[in-house]
Amino acid sequence: MNVLDFDYMLGLIPVLLKYLPLTLEMAAAGMVLALILACLLAVIRVLKVPVLNRFTMLFISFFRGTPLLVQLFLFYYGLPQLVSSLTAINGITATIMGLTMHFSAYMAESIRAAIVGVDRSQTEAALSIGMTNAQLMRRIILPQATRIAVPTLMNYFIDMIKATSLAFTLGVTELMGATQKEAAGSFLYFEAFIIVAIIYWVIVEMLSWLQRYLEHRLNKAYSR
Amino acid sequence: MIRLKGLRKVYGRQTVLDGIDLDIAKGEIVVVIGPSGTGKSTLLRCINFLEKPTAGEITVGDLTVDACSTSRKDILALRRRTAFVFQNYALFANKNALDNIAERLIVVDKWPKEKAREKAREILQRIGLGDKAEAYPASLSGGQQQRVGIGRAMATGAEVILFDEPTSSLDPEWVEEVLGLMKQLASEHQTMVVVTHEMSFARDVADRVIFVDGGRIVEQGPPSELFSNPQDPRTRDFLRKVLPDQTV
Ligand SMILES: Nc1ncnc2c1ncn2[C@@H]1O[C@H](COP(=O)(O)OP(=O)(O)OP(=O)(O)O)[C@@H](O)[C@H]1O
Ligand SMILES: [Mg+2]
Repeated sequence: MNVLDFDYMLGLIPVLLKYLPLTLEMAAAGMVLALILACLLAVIRVLKVPVLNRFTMLFISFFRGTPLLVQLFLFYYGLPQLVSSLTAINGITATIMGLTMHFSAYMAESIRAAIVGVDRSQTEAALSIGMTNAQLMRRIILPQATRIAVPTLMNYFIDMIKATSLAFTLGVTELMGATQKEAAGSFLYFEAFIIVAIIYWVIVEMLSWLQRYLEHRLNKAYSR
Repeated sequence: MIRLKGLRKVYGRQTVLDGIDLDIAKGEIVVVIGPSGTGKSTLLRCINFLEKPTAGEITVGDLTVDACSTSRKDILALRRRTAFVFQNYALFANKNALDNIAERLIVVDKWPKEKAREKAREILQRIGLGDKAEAYPASLSGGQQQRVGIGRAMATGAEVILFDEPTSSLDPEWVEEVLGLMKQLASEHQTMVVVTHEMSFARDVADRVIFVDGGRIVEQGPPSELFSNPQDPRTRDFLRKVLPDQTV
């Protein structure tokens, strides 16, 4: 077995870190959009809004039931074929779209569970003081459901960061794409990929730390 | 003034309320008693449409709502004229004591936040919890939670406060403070309908006691009369069980 080229590995770190912002930006954009969409889907499911509920169930079933990679290819290569104005959809845009749809489907289900998990007495109390359904949702149910859902949603965010690496298959030079290019140039595959693995790992560890901190804070909330 | 006319509630094949007619005057304290499962909670919950009555008419103040033809607007209006105190307190878990009370004023009555909190602070003083404004429900004792629950009802300025067994979930040590607050409200001529097993409260505070069995009002009258001279055998039977120290 050859000895690893540590100098190359160390030198690679700053080179790859330049691509980290794009990775994080795609994950952040995907997360924000997915959260908004997931809340919408969850509320439709909880209120069983006619027609929309059916459509939502289909949406969730499809985006949970198919691989993310297939969805990304559908958006990147498939959409332009259908909608000619999208002749060249940007790889970054396609990735963010894919992440949004894919993860919103999962997140909608956990938000729905969290909403349903809020004690029934909270609803009755809110109605008894004359709140409308919308006020009840916004002021009582969603804040309490958030507290239940945050740990799970953080897990999805972590998954999403790792999933951004698929963007390289759409020709986006993000963290994974950059590593791929570096490795192909130097032929030092193991060195390159172990370094990128460690970068992902450190980011995820930092987020896990944030997650534990948030959970701790959330558990303390409401009991001061 | 509250008037119920022919109030009925049917769950599937079970008739829980079987035509309730009831007039309650402004400032009157009405205590509802009766065996378990006879529809006392359902009666209160129908008055503010937490449960939709199957048939009948409900009048609160100048608003009359017919169970058979209600609009969303009517239901909201009715709920805004009535307040409810729950057996399990049901305080908003994500709001502190002050905001539990202010919530109605802010969200429903659209008061400016500061004015609403001012008023809520006043109510906290009246219920003896002036120092608990920032406390969340989870950190309050059962008795304190229920007093906040009553404070929340007071803030609504409702024509009537409906109490569904407000002391039944409490440890015995907290019962008196909650009953004390209810007596204070009664002395201020707040219209109240109270479902309770606290016969001493009924005897001391009620203007009228209503005995409900099988979804009907069997008998009613001032506590002195109903307790000492019940007419119906079912009333006698019930009172014998709940007032063991007294020959009825
Ligand atoms: N949502 C519901 N669906 C079906 N049946 C119900 C429902 N709510 C209440 N009931 C039934 O209606 C009857 C009356 O219930 P209710 O809670 O009004 O009685 P209660 O007089 O308050 O009794 P308790 O003293 O035990 O509180 C009971 O037999 C109960 O099983
Ligand atoms: Mg009951």
